[in-house]
Order: sequence, then C-alpha cells, then structure tokens
Amino acid sequence: MKEHSVFQFVNDARVRGILAQVALLAFAVFCIGWLVSNTAQNFEDQDKSLGFGFLVQAAGFQIAPTLGTWLFDYEAGVSTYWDVYFIGIVNTLLVAALGVVAATIIGFLMGVMRLSQNLILRSFATVYVEVLRNIPLLLQLFFWYFTVLRALPDKRGKVELLPGVVSVNLEGLFLPYPIWQSGAGVAGVIMLVALGAIWAVNRRSQQRQLLTGHPLPFWRIAGGILLGALAVIWLSVGVPFEWSLPVFKETGPILRRGFQGDTAIVVIPEMLAVWFALTLYTAAFIAEIVRSGIMAVSKGQSEASVAMGMTRGQTLRLVVIPQALRVIIPPLTSQYLNLTKNSSLAVAIAYPELVSIFAGTAMNNVGKEIEMVGMMMCVYLTFSLLTSFFMNWFNKRAMLVER
Amino acid sequence: MKKLLTFAIAAGAMAITGLASAATLDDVRTKGYVQCGVSQGLPGFSNADDSGNWTGIDVDLCRAVAAAIFGDGDKVRFTPLSAKQRFTALSSGEIDILSRNTTWTMTRDTQLGLNFAGVNYYDGQGMMVPSGLGVKSAMELDGANICTNTGTTTELNITDFFRSNKMSFNLVAFEKADEVVAAYDAGRCDVYTTDRSALAAQRTKLTDPNAHKVLPEIISKEPLGPVVRQGDDQWFNIVRWTLNALINAEELGVTQSNVQSMKNSDNPAIKRLLGTEGNFGEELGLENNWAANAIQAVGNYAESYEKTVAPLGLARGVNALWSAGGIMYAPPVR
Repeated sequence: MKEHSVFQFVNDARVRGILAQVALLAFAVFCIGWLVSNTAQNFEDQDKSLGFGFLVQAAGFQIAPTLGTWLFDYEAGVSTYWDVYFIGIVNTLLVAALGVVAATIIGFLMGVMRLSQNLILRSFATVYVEVLRNIPLLLQLFFWYFTVLRALPDKRGKVELLPGVVSVNLEGLFLPYPIWQSGAGVAGVIMLVALGAIWAVNRRSQQRQLLTGHPLPFWRIAGGILLGALAVIWLSVGVPFEWSLPVFKETGPILRRGFQGDTAIVVIPEMLAVWFALTLYTAAFIAEIVRSGIMAVSKGQSEASVAMGMTRGQTLRLVVIPQALRVIIPPLTSQYLNLTKNSSLAVAIAYPELVSIFAGTAMNNVGKEIEMVGMMMCVYLTFSLLTSFFMNWFNKRAMLVER
Repeated sequence: MKKLLTFAIAAGAMAITGLASAATLDDVRTKGYVQCGVSQGLPGFSNADDSGNWTGIDVDLCRAVAAAIFGDGDKVRFTPLSAKQRFTALSSGEIDILSRNTTWTMTRDTQLGLNFAGVNYYDGQGMMVPSGLGVKSAMELDGANICTNTGTTTELNITDFFRSNKMSFNLVAFEKADEVVAAYDAGRCDVYTTDRSALAAQRTKLTDPNAHKVLPEIISKEPLGPVVRQGDDQWFNIVRWTLNALINAEELGVTQSNVQSMKNSDNPAIKRLLGTEGNFGEELGLENNWAANAIQAVGNYAESYEKTVAPLGLARGVNALWSAGGIMYAPPVR
C-alpha cells in the first residue's frame, strides 16, 4: 500500500515537473559556481586581480583623428582609458548610425528595383543583391579599403570634388566646417521655433484630412515658414557662421604638405571604407526583405486603389508600403543589429572603433580581459536592446489596426 | 524541458573542458604536443610556407621545448595569433608558450599574469620611409602619418617619441601586419614603424623593397622572448632553460651534427648540458638528455639564427654571444 503511494507520487506529472525544475536549477547553479570558482582560482594562480582602477590611468597611445577623439579632445598620455572607452563607443555608434541610414535607403531602392518592370533596373538590382550578400563582409571591407587607397592620390595631391571646398586624397575626405559667430544661439532658437511650427502644421493637416478629406497644402506652408525663419535670422543677426575651408599647402617640410587637418573636417579613409562596406553589404539583405514585404501585399490591394483613381505613386506610398512595412520591420531590426555588431570587423582596417582601441590596444596595455570584455559586451548589448526597443515601438505603430 | 536540460548539460561540459590547469607539463604530456602561439607570418621569426611548415627563430624555440619534453621536435602545434590576441590566448590556456616576437616589459611581466622566460632576440624599434620623401632622420617626421600594428609596444614607443620631441603625427593601427604593409605600400602612411627585425622581414613583401629605407634612429629597447603563464614555475623553468641550453650549446661548440659525439666529451660543462653528468633534466621534470634532444632538433642558437634571421640581412650585432662582443649570455648549467 505504501509503495503504491510512492509510485503515485512519482507518476504525478506536476510533481515530476517540479523535481525536474529543481534538478535543472541545481545544475545551473553548480555550473555557474564552477565557472566563478575556476576563474577565481586562475586569477589567483596568475597573481591577477579584478578591478576597474585602470580606467583612470592615462592611455599612452595615439588614436587616429575621428569624431570620438574630437569630442573627447583626446591627447595621448593625458586622456584616460575611460576616454578611450567612450571614443570607441562614439566611433562605433557613428559608423553604425551612418550605415543604418544609408543601408536603409539603398536597400529600399534595390528592393523596389528588383520588382521593377524595367529589365535593366531589375537585372542590376538582382546582380547587386546576389553578388554582395554572397561575398564575406571582411573581404568587402578589404576590397573597399584598398580600392579607395589605390584610387586616390597621396597626401601631397588631391582630387577636388567641389573646387576649394570638398577634396579627397589618401588622408581622407576634407570637408569645410562652420565657425559659429555671435548670434548663432539666437539663430538656433529661431530655427527650433520654425521646426516646431512646421510640426504643428503637419498635425493640423492630418487632422483636417481625417475630418474633411482635404489636407492643407503642407509643403507650401512648410517652405514658407522655413524661408521666413531664414529671413528673420538674416535681418536680426546676419549670417551666424562662417565656413572654414580646407587649407592645402604645397610648400614647406615635405611631411607637412597637403591638407592642414585643423582647417577642415577630416573623414579618414578607414571610416569611409567601413561605411561603404557595411552599407552595401547590409543593403543587399534589406533589398530582399523589402521585396518580400512588397510581394506579401496582395495584388488586389493595388488593383483596388488604382480602381479608386489613385496614381501609381499614391498606390505605392499610401496602400502598398504601409502594409508591406508590417512584414518588413521585424527582419529589418535584425539587419540593423547585425550591422552594428559587424562594425567590429573594422579593426582589420584600422578604424578606431570599440573593439580596436579598447579591446585591442588598451587591453594589451592593461591586461584586464574580464573587465574589459565585460564592459564591451555591455555596450553591444545596450545598442542591441535600444535598437530592438525602438523597432518594436515602430512595429507596433505600423501594425494592422484591427477594427 | 528536455531540450533545456540537454543544453544545460552541454554548457556544463563545455565549462569543464575549458578548465586551464596549473600543471602545464602534465597537460602537455597528456595531449602529446606543445601548443605554441606564433605570429601570423613574420619571416625569420615565425612564418608558414605554402605547405604549412612553420620556420623561424621563435618557431625553433617551440620545437626545442617539444624536443626537450618528448625527444621529438615535431610534437608541436602552432596557433597564429595577432598581437592583440596573444596574451589572452596565453592566459586562457589556449596555448602553452607564446613565442611570438614579444617584447619583455615591466607591465607585461607584473600586470598581465605572465612571465618572460628569457630573451631570444634583442631588438629595437625603427622606422622605414619611402626613399623618395628625402627624409634623413626621424627628427624630420613632424606631421607624418604612421602605420603600425595594434596591441604592441610600438604604439606606445612611437607616441612617446613624438611627444617628447614635440612633434605631431597620426597613427593608423591595423590588427594584422599584412594590412600594415599593404596600407604603407599604397601610400596611406609616410612611415612604417615596428621592430627593426620586423621591418627587415616585412620589407620583402613591398612592391619595390629597394625604394624604402630604414631611418638610423632606434627609439626603444625591444627584448623579444618566449612567454608563459605566471604561477607554473616548473613550466617556466623548462622554457627558460631550453633557451639557455641553446645559447650555452653555441658557446660550448655543441651543434646539431656533433651533439651525439659530444656526449663523450671530456668537458664537464658539455657533459652536464648533454645529460651524461648530473641530474639536471630530472630536476626539470624531464629526461636527462633533454638539452641534447633540443639541440638535435633545431641546432644551437647560432645555427638557428643562421637558418632563420640571417637571410633577412640582419647581422648578429648585439645578438652575438657575450664572448663575441654581443650581449647574448646564458647562465651555466650546473
């Protein structure tokens, strides 16, 4: 009788479930404990310790001029490893953000082109997608970098894209930058007010369209507001900035010739190559996502909208794309995340992003692998989660509103 | 649930096999070979040919250690590592010895949990420029773009040099040496800086090696040597004394070809080195003919140098024996 009840106990699915859960939990705790104690033991054996004190030490190495080094005013031997960390984050973010924007534009273009009636456009897009998504990204990175390098004149020469204003050579792309004059603050406030007004007009226009079916002539009003704001700025404070144009020297010590870095915004060729490679590679995937999204919208939808008298453009903009977005957004999020993470390949061609300067140079100098890899993982995790949150929010907005 | 359990077990198993044990010699004996971390291709130091055979003075050291342990210089496997990966690979137990033209510095010795077992090449950092620039001295390099490897002491040295001379420069730092060479060759940089031995080696990869010249300045001391994990004294001693044995062999005239007959030498120093007198091998945890095996496998230091580094056009210089005007000096086996 007693034995029978024990069997009953074991045969109870609920009890068995709990037992299995407890066993699994114990095993997980055991594994984690083992990992931790093993790490601690190895640290002790190698006479190392955990700690973040290194972050306030000065970093004694030079970093190529980039947005990060400019923002944090990096100076070798004075700036700390904290600065190196943030410079890495800024440079990673920069190339990821630029890449996401450009890849989205090119990807959408290619995706629509793949469905075009025009044979040449369609074939071009097909070849683009098939070639670029089937070549490893690292190879493309090298291809762009060394193509860019081989194509350009060295630093004592230049190719003027916009004579005297925008030029390019082996040292990078040289752009003018604005020097703010007095009154720039006032001008900024006026521009903000104007943008706010345009936003309000846009909302108003949408409301009116819902109520009456007739939108306001939004673009004309917005253009008017913008022109008005510029006129007010010009009348009140004049032109609030001056351009600093890149200065090119052809005389002097041979290594000092070429563009003078402090007179221009320098976009180093490493950054350009990383941006091109990430953009074109990811765009190939986005193109396929866009194509699948558009094809997922049933043909009846566009036929119906044409029957209602909409133009082809209106059909695409108002009927097809909004419905396609529901299919496009979730896989698009993955591509954005991939792009961000792929930017770490840039270490191969000397772009100073997080993995290169923090996990590379800095880690070799201070040797705090666990701490530094941990800090780096936090950064990528944060980027990924933020992208996911944003895209989920956007996805909710684009989702079918069921009535 | 079942899937989850399988996954947890797999993860646990991975954690266990990933353990790095303190007794490296036992591990090496169990697996039957020495895992040696080398460069991704630096002629003269560690370089693989078309069929995957590694040669170089750093490679020879690993072979010598393998021969000292197993009596066979081929019981070694090589892991090519970038400068950036090398210390992590060693600390994590992925490799047993790091023999990858690595500079011995105080930080690395004290803070990274590593020990340098000696110096097998005394080097210094130099700079190479295209001859066409007409630059004659490093003091004329104000405003230069400089290419180098990440994760090396060269980044720090070059920064120090320019800071102390109040000159400005841009540093373009690549992960792998091949890209440094390619970028320098394409004209991205005015200067290529690294250890002078490596400059001599990488120069052979340039389109026109003769259109470049190495500047006279040597801006740092770069004693290169094998590295082991801190905390395993036995393994540390094996690597250190294998290196010492090769240098002592040169001094005593023991070569690859005469090592067997030298065992009958009357010179007690040679007898101790080759294990016919004393118990030195067993004290290391090896057999008494450990050093003889090492010399049999790769030759003495001079032979190894002549085979590997000398073809780059690098004379012995400071790397000659102390008795021949250099600073290569090994403590005696006694």
